[in-house]
Amino acid sequence: MSKIWLIIQREYLTRVRKKSFIIMTLLTPLLLATFMILPGLLMTMSGDTETVMVLDESGLFENKLKNQKDLQFIPLSGSLEQAKTVYQETDNTALLYIPNISIDDPKDITLYGKKNTSFQTQVRLENVLEKEIENQRFLASGLDRATLDKIEANVKLNTINLSGEGEKDNNAIVTSIAGVVGAVIIYFFIFMYGVQIMRGVIEEKTSRIVEVMISSVKPFQLMMGKIMGIAAVGLTQFLLWIILSFVAVTGVSAVFGVDAAPSPAAQFAAGQVAAQGQEVTEDDEAAVENSAKDNEIANTINDVKQSVANLNIALIFGCFLFYFLGGYLLYGSLFGAIGAAVDNETDTQQFMMPITIPLIISFIMSYSVVLKNPDGPVAFWMSIIPFTSPIVMMVRVPFGVPAWQLLLSMGLLVAGFVFTTWIASRIYRVGILMYGKKINYKELSKWLFYRV
Amino acid sequence: MSILKVDGVTKTYANHTALDNVSFDIPPGCIFGLLGPNGAGKTSLIRIITQITGADSGEIYFKGERLKPAHIKEIGYLPEERGLYKKMKVGEQLLYLTQLKGLSKAEATARIKTWIDRFEIRDWLGKNIEDLSKGMQQKVQFIATVLHEPALIILDEPFSGFDPINANLIKDEILRLRDLGATIIFSTHRMESVEELCDNIALINRAQKVLDGPVREIKDTYKTDTFQIIGNGQLLITSPDFQVLEQHDNHGIFRANVKLLNGSTPNDLLRYLIQRVEVHSFVELVPSINDIFIRKVKETHHV
Repeated sequence: MSKIWLIIQREYLTRVRKKSFIIMTLLTPLLLATFMILPGLLMTMSGDTETVMVLDESGLFENKLKNQKDLQFIPLSGSLEQAKTVYQETDNTALLYIPNISIDDPKDITLYGKKNTSFQTQVRLENVLEKEIENQRFLASGLDRATLDKIEANVKLNTINLSGEGEKDNNAIVTSIAGVVGAVIIYFFIFMYGVQIMRGVIEEKTSRIVEVMISSVKPFQLMMGKIMGIAAVGLTQFLLWIILSFVAVTGVSAVFGVDAAPSPAAQFAAGQVAAQGQEVTEDDEAAVENSAKDNEIANTINDVKQSVANLNIALIFGCFLFYFLGGYLLYGSLFGAIGAAVDNETDTQQFMMPITIPLIISFIMSYSVVLKNPDGPVAFWMSIIPFTSPIVMMVRVPFGVPAWQLLLSMGLLVAGFVFTTWIASRIYRVGILMYGKKINYKELSKWLFYRV
Repeated sequence: MSILKVDGVTKTYANHTALDNVSFDIPPGCIFGLLGPNGAGKTSLIRIITQITGADSGEIYFKGERLKPAHIKEIGYLPEERGLYKKMKVGEQLLYLTQLKGLSKAEATARIKTWIDRFEIRDWLGKNIEDLSKGMQQKVQFIATVLHEPALIILDEPFSGFDPINANLIKDEILRLRDLGATIIFSTHRMESVEELCDNIALINRAQKVLDGPVREIKDTYKTDTFQIIGNGQLLITSPDFQVLEQHDNHGIFRANVKLLNGSTPNDLLRYLIQRVEVHSFVELVPSINDIFIRKVKETHHV
């Protein structure tokens, strides 16, 4: 046992001290923070108030163009030439010239600018003018805007989960995000660190240290030590990412004074809110309605918070850790066996296929089938079979999974990795001392029953 | 009591027999040559002794006990294919490999210190293996093999890859370790390279032991009573007691290989020669292990 411990220590320390590990660990949270904060930062930077001078010869828009937070109107009078002169002397954004038009034929409205006017400003002005002209047309036809707003319907479903322990408020979006994030992490973890196991074994084989090693320790100890050491590296990196991301996001947002989305779930929700907010802004010009908009945002945020709270955090996190390690151990030993069977990395392709396919399939199915129908037969079977369960079950757990299914899946996963570890160790002990032989599956299956 | 007793060991791989009922004893404190051509089964046997693989049948006894995992600590093994972790520092690597043999960290550190002083490689400790020359790497690996002070040291092709100076350094170390009580097994197909070092040998060919025993006894058994004489004058041997196998004359200097017959002694030959020519050199032609091996293999195949 102490020998395994020594091996774990070496595998862990040599990897953690590598430059690439340190750089990856530090850089990723920084990048993440940058991606979270940059959009907000850019928005505030370009958020200068724009002032537009208006020369309205038609009189249609008199007192109708309401000043908004970042868009101000200054009415002008006189001729166009005079207006242009006045505008040239100020540093206002643009000059809007509305010739003498009727609401039936709004043509030749012109925007003068000193430099190229931004497309955004142009669209906003067009919207404002269109809305006003529409209003006037409604009035002319006997409708008013208020009536129209009453007619417009806005439905939002509250979803409640009746199964399990009583009623639970259930926000499908937050639920699926929690599961999918967990599944994605497991998927990448298995791949990234599984390949590291394989490389480590190949390295020991090609540097021929392996014969010295197994004159001191059993091949099984060497393999398990490597798998566990690398798992510790992965967990360390993962933990550091969480801590550093948190620090980086708080740090950067404190420096720039920008609100950063604290979690992907909240970010997603915020994105939704923003989208809705956008619609609202476009819909009304009346400042009064802004409060209603704020209310709606607050409600949505509350919804998100509530559903996050309703998710059984402990259960999800526990499942995540279990499937994270279970999946890694199941695949990790197989990656180790591949490393032992080949002489160099280019030969790994043919053996990688059967390992990567179930992983990729479960990843794709998680998105395409399991998310849509988390209790369907595909989701059920894929979350029970050990090779796909680490990813698929992770997607299912936040939706609520019957205890017997969870236990069955976990039990099978444990049985699964005991089985793959057994197979892997049989292949490993023969493979590490085998050089210069092209290996195929028939050969591999013979190794399982070799007496060594 | 022998330190290692190999008793009827047989090992078969999928389609060939690597060892076929091989038995021999290694007395303690000797240098033992495990000799034979490539593919004879030497490495297979070593892997069984180092518990990397197991024998199909037969037993190995270490200090009278059946080989068991606890013996790993008492055996040091330098494989033919040398290898260390390339990206690991020399000091850490030595510490790691020694700890894996079961030494405590403090003990291992102390021993590393004495060895790096002896080999004058203190500057290397902080260097990665891949930054060292091949000869340096071999030295480090040799140290790693003997650092835990094993009672049995197994060296597979020990001198391949060393330049003459380092080969001598290693040779001296091996002799010193032997004098300190360790038993050393040399495994090699280059028999002449270890002939003068070995006290005992076992010859292996095609999975079978051909011959084993103390080198002196073996040579006695296989000596041919042939002497090489170099001298001045006209040598013409007519006595029926001596048979000239080979003779070269060159400007009055001759060189001849003469075999004693009919129970005559070297002194008889010398007396016979002194009356006729001027003797410069008189040497018994002892067969080399290589010659013995070839003879023995031929014999077994004729039978």
